[in-house]
Amino acid sequence: MAQSSFIYVTYIKTSPDELWTALTSPEFTQKYWFGIRQESEWKPGASWKMIFADGRVADAGEVLECNPPKRLVLKWQNQFKPELKEEGYSRCVFEIEPQNDVTKLSITHTLDKENSKFIQAVSQGWPTILSNLKSLIETGKTIIQR
Amino acid sequence: MDDDAVFRALADKSRRLLLDRLRRRNGQTLSELSEGLAMTRQAVTKHLAILEQANLVATLRQGREKLHFINPVPINEIAERWIGKFDRARLGALSDLKTALESKSRK
Repeated sequence: MAQSSFIYVTYIKTSPDELWTALTSPEFTQKYWFGIRQESEWKPGASWKMIFADGRVADAGEVLECNPPKRLVLKWQNQFKPELKEEGYSRCVFEIEPQNDVTKLSITHTLDKENSKFIQAVSQGWPTILSNLKSLIETGKTIIQR
Repeated sequence: MDDDAVFRALADKSRRLLLDRLRRRNGQTLSELSEGLAMTRQAVTKHLAILEQANLVATLRQGREKLHFINPVPINEIAERWIGKFDRARLGALSDLKTALESKSRK
């Protein structure tokens, strides 16, 4: 099947539990995700939303799998750019694995369409979000603010 | 992550070529990546292992295939470590200039 995907991997000096909290707590997300806040009850079937600081919904979808602190799978659709929204739902998998004194975080984002604009758009944001997340967890500060 | 491993991995023309090929088209198999290269398949395998060790390449199993993806996170960290600092300094200088000019015009 034709699809677009990317995978990002980072290693963070923290525990899987702390990393899970950082990925799912609204306050924490806001600090490394350019002010965007997440809203979800974090259980399979629950709705999931990312909300801009001004209240607009950036992205929305559903929690498909939730297995703290190991695996989180989201059904994810852009809500604020028509050309990205029309591509439909993507699937984002977060995998957390302890490795010696660090924790490995892998993020795989896939959309069943070749040359997806959505995948291209999110893949430009992820490296900075991940660097911010790593820096925030390891030092308490983010590197880049937008 | 080990910075030395990242720089060692990048300090080789063949490995940079493999990253370039992945940048052009992400998610390739070993056969696709080896196509049309002057390197043997074994050499490509060896270089990919070094890139994977440095976390510059991440892999994903899809059925029987192993797909290779460029992982820009370590390079982004290098960029932010040095280039990000310059940007911050420039932004700081600009905001100082703005403050200085605006307080002057108010006098």
